[in-house]
Amino acid sequence: MLGDGILKGMAETARNFFGSYVSKERLTTVEYPEQRIPTAENARVFPFLVYDGTDWEAGMRCVACQICEKECPPKCIYIDKSTDKKPDYVGKPQFYPARFDIDISVCMSCQICVEVCPFEAIKMDTQFELATDDRFGGLLYDRKELSRSNEYYHAIHPTEAAEVDARLAEEKAKVEAKAKAAAEAAAAKAAAAATQPAAPAKADSSGLAATAPEAASLTDATKPAGGGS
Amino acid sequence: MITMLGAANLLLANPLFTNLDQIFVLLRNWLVGFFPVAIRPAAGVVLGVVAIVCVFPGLFALTTVFERKGLGRIQNRLGPNRVGPFGFFQPIADGIKSLTKEDVVPFRANAVVHFLAPLVLVVTVFMGFAVLPMGRNMVLVDMDSGLLFFFAMGAATELSVFMAGWSSRNKYSMLGAMRAVAQMISYEVVLLLSAVSVVMIAGSLSLPAIVAAQNQYTGSFPHWYIFTPWGLAGFVVFAIAATAESNRSPFDLPEGESELVAGYHTEYSGFKFALFFLGEYLAMFSLSGLGVTLFFGGWLAPFSFLNFVPSWIWFFGKVMFFIFVFIWMRGTLPRLRQDQLMNFAWKFTLPFTLLNLLVTALWRFMGEGWQRWVVCTIILAAAYVIFGRIEMRRQHFGPRKYRYAE
Repeated sequence: MLGDGILKGMAETARNFFGSYVSKERLTTVEYPEQRIPTAENARVFPFLVYDGTDWEAGMRCVACQICEKECPPKCIYIDKSTDKKPDYVGKPQFYPARFDIDISVCMSCQICVEVCPFEAIKMDTQFELATDDRFGGLLYDRKELSRSNEYYHAIHPTEAAEVDARLAEEKAKVEAKAKAAAEAAAAKAAAAATQPAAPAKADSSGLAATAPEAASLTDATKPAGGGS
Repeated sequence: MITMLGAANLLLANPLFTNLDQIFVLLRNWLVGFFPVAIRPAAGVVLGVVAIVCVFPGLFALTTVFERKGLGRIQNRLGPNRVGPFGFFQPIADGIKSLTKEDVVPFRANAVVHFLAPLVLVVTVFMGFAVLPMGRNMVLVDMDSGLLFFFAMGAATELSVFMAGWSSRNKYSMLGAMRAVAQMISYEVVLLLSAVSVVMIAGSLSLPAIVAAQNQYTGSFPHWYIFTPWGLAGFVVFAIAATAESNRSPFDLPEGESELVAGYHTEYSGFKFALFFLGEYLAMFSLSGLGVTLFFGGWLAPFSFLNFVPSWIWFFGKVMFFIFVFIWMRGTLPRLRQDQLMNFAWKFTLPFTLLNLLVTALWRFMGEGWQRWVVCTIILAAAYVIFGRIEMRRQHFGPRKYRYAE
């Protein structure tokens, strides 16, 4: 009959009207500035630089290899390589970025920099409240503003961060094992040399080999306690 | 029940309740007392006008926030809740916004007509309130032909709509205005004819007299016209036509934003737009008030034992209920198509109201008794079903088939 569809519709809207006062499931609104829902684990906004330990400058994983700068499709990464070197997480002396800027007004959040980074140094952030009244300086982030601790990375992307840490620990263990083996070989050689006193040329090489485990223990001190898990 | 009726009568005799019922009339008389005798009648009228001009825009402000919250709830949202407690100061924020906005007049617009259109709308809509009885003894002008005056003023709003659309020199405004005028004229006919059946029974065009004609109770049940077959049919048609007259959803084609931006008020901004908005809501209030007066007994209590509640509370309560239904419909129904709108007006509502006039005459001349109830109900129900089947059957539009060319 004419009009019964209208009555059915009115009943439906009335059910929604009163239901929204009764059941909480109906009212899905999140009142944003006061209430928030946690961001999804695979959410991504703009990249940030990971550092280990507490000091962002000392623990920065980036070695200024500039692969991300070259791969970045919109060319929003600007890197200046340092002139000196400092040891990285395995203890190998590496360059570090004297300047690392990302212009997030240009960045398109493609994550290519993250995918190409061989040092697990650049990752995607979930922070999205980046509004600023300075659209040039305020949106060009330098390396200090980009630095986030490994703990922060664990907090926003737990699964991914655990994988990364496992991989890094494995690599480090491999390097350490190699260094240890080299040291043992050197020690054995030194012992052999001791039994044959007339061998002055060997002593120099054993001194060089001893620097590797020393450097490894230095990075161990800067790494956080739970970093390897 | 007898004791309750007795109690009600006692209450009516009580001066406190009479005073509460007549509080606005007494207030006006008291204020008029301060004026010199020569200008007292004029002062009384001005006070009444001021009251109307204050009360209904206030009601409009309340309605906008309730509408937005209600629509939100219908869609399982919260609605506005930022300005003030529960968002109830939202209309104040909106008012400040519309007052401080730049008033843009298109370069090629006819500036005078463009300026006058919102004024004409609001003024004519306010005029309608002059003849509405809002409580016992609470009518600004007790005109013998109040209903006629009301409809004359209602028809003048169409003029303002067309003024707005034409003077803007904008194709969206023009198309919106043409749609609005076509729609309003079509439904004006139905609106008038559905009100005529009430006039046939009440025997008067005066709205207070129409209320007085419904002021009877059988037991404690009222003799409102909605409780008769012709009254119910008349009210249904009246409600449909009133919705179309006030350009409310589902008849809001004149401002269908998907195709016409905003219809006839596309080129209005700031306070002029606010006036259009106000005019639309005031038209809704006045049409609701008229519907209440014609079919729901105006300011009368729904049960005789509730007579002690002041009459103006009943009037405004009923109007607000109507407004609620308006909002409810807006939250439910999608917009009609232009051809559906016109088909519905001319092929369903018009024949149905004409038949309703005949049925009202039958009711009037069949005299008291149960026979008229049966006869009138059967005729109207049958007509509703038949018209609904025949006139409103679904039309299938497909690709055109040529009989000879192919």
